[in-house]
Amino acid sequence: MKRGDFLGHVGWTGAGIAYALTAGGIVRAADMTSGDPYFIQISDSHLGFHLPANPDVAGTLKKTIGLINALPNQPSFVIHTGDVTHLSKPEQFDLGKQLLGTLKAPTIVLPGEHDALAGGLKPFYANFPAKSGTDGWFSWEAQGVHYVALVNVFDFENMGKLGNDQLGWLQRDLAGVPKSRPVVVFAHVPLYALYPEWGWTTEDGSKALSMLAGFDAVTVLNGHIHQVIEHTEGNIRFATANATAYPQPSPGKAPKPGPLALPPDQLLHVIGYRTIEMHAGNATTHNVTLG
Amino acid sequence: MKTLILASLVLAALGANQATAPPAGPTVHIKDFAYHAATLTVAPGTTVHFVNDDGEAHTVTAVNKSFDSAGLDNGDGWKHTFTKPGTYAYFCALHPYMKGVVIVRATGGTKP
Repeated sequence: MKRGDFLGHVGWTGAGIAYALTAGGIVRAADMTSGDPYFIQISDSHLGFHLPANPDVAGTLKKTIGLINALPNQPSFVIHTGDVTHLSKPEQFDLGKQLLGTLKAPTIVLPGEHDALAGGLKPFYANFPAKSGTDGWFSWEAQGVHYVALVNVFDFENMGKLGNDQLGWLQRDLAGVPKSRPVVVFAHVPLYALYPEWGWTTEDGSKALSMLAGFDAVTVLNGHIHQVIEHTEGNIRFATANATAYPQPSPGKAPKPGPLALPPDQLLHVIGYRTIEMHAGNATTHNVTLG
Repeated sequence: MKTLILASLVLAALGANQATAPPAGPTVHIKDFAYHAATLTVAPGTTVHFVNDDGEAHTVTAVNKSFDSAGLDNGDGWKHTFTKPGTYAYFCALHPYMKGVVIVRATGGTKP
């Protein structure tokens, strides 16, 4: 389904009843009407990559999607936090659209810097349209949670960057949100200085984090570094995700970042998806690997 | 030395078979997340070749946006002709800490 449609539907949750369009286009009451908010994050599929670190990135994404679709309790939504493609090539976007389109749950796709290589983000948004009327960053509310999707890959000259337009928008967006409401933030590149030496940081991320500091419980979910690293700063909990494609070295544990080639059986133990369940505002994450 | 020259000729011939002419100007190799040479001085009109010899994708992107290779996969090449004198700083859009510069000036550079 189109992301704009989905966002329209999750916007109806004020009465406590959530609806979602199924892949077949049928409106139904979603599973999320009972229980706590529950969604899934996938990231870094790098379609088009073909080197030994994973010679079949389409295969591992398909396997990931197959596992998610087989879950008896479908998530409210699946969010892909960027780097759908490896080189922003048309056939890579096509494949991404085709494969991610097979997810049963409503799907949101954010860009990574690998999706911005063909003269910016235009080709990405042609395949994965942003919420209409936005510049690519947007927010929505569902089941008492305020979700924010940020874009920190459109200006990558030094490192991840949000820019003043987006920061101004974020300030206005958060102004109307009660401090007691749980906030979940998504972006491709980590928002804090995880490892600046390898560009694993957002230049002006601290400005966004200072706006989030006043909330009771904030969860920031990123991709980009192809491994799970968790970190806490005050009320803000950070967690990066495994890729669906291939791992990268731990920060500083190799001369450079980049694809880490493991024996094939080991690869499947470090790629996959993540479930996120919200209990009283706090996120419980569970990383599920393919092996 | 003779063998070396012969080998070069054979390599050049192989290159020609792959539809692209063998590089005439200087070549910057991308390896281990760095440009080699990171600083290159050429005369105006020189075509500089960039070849990605690394196990990771990279780009050659001008800071002033005057050129951009787009994504270069392992083994991909790209070339750009520098016509006007000046200092052209570039970086990798995927790994922005990778930086290089091409200095274009009338004297002292590699001839086109």
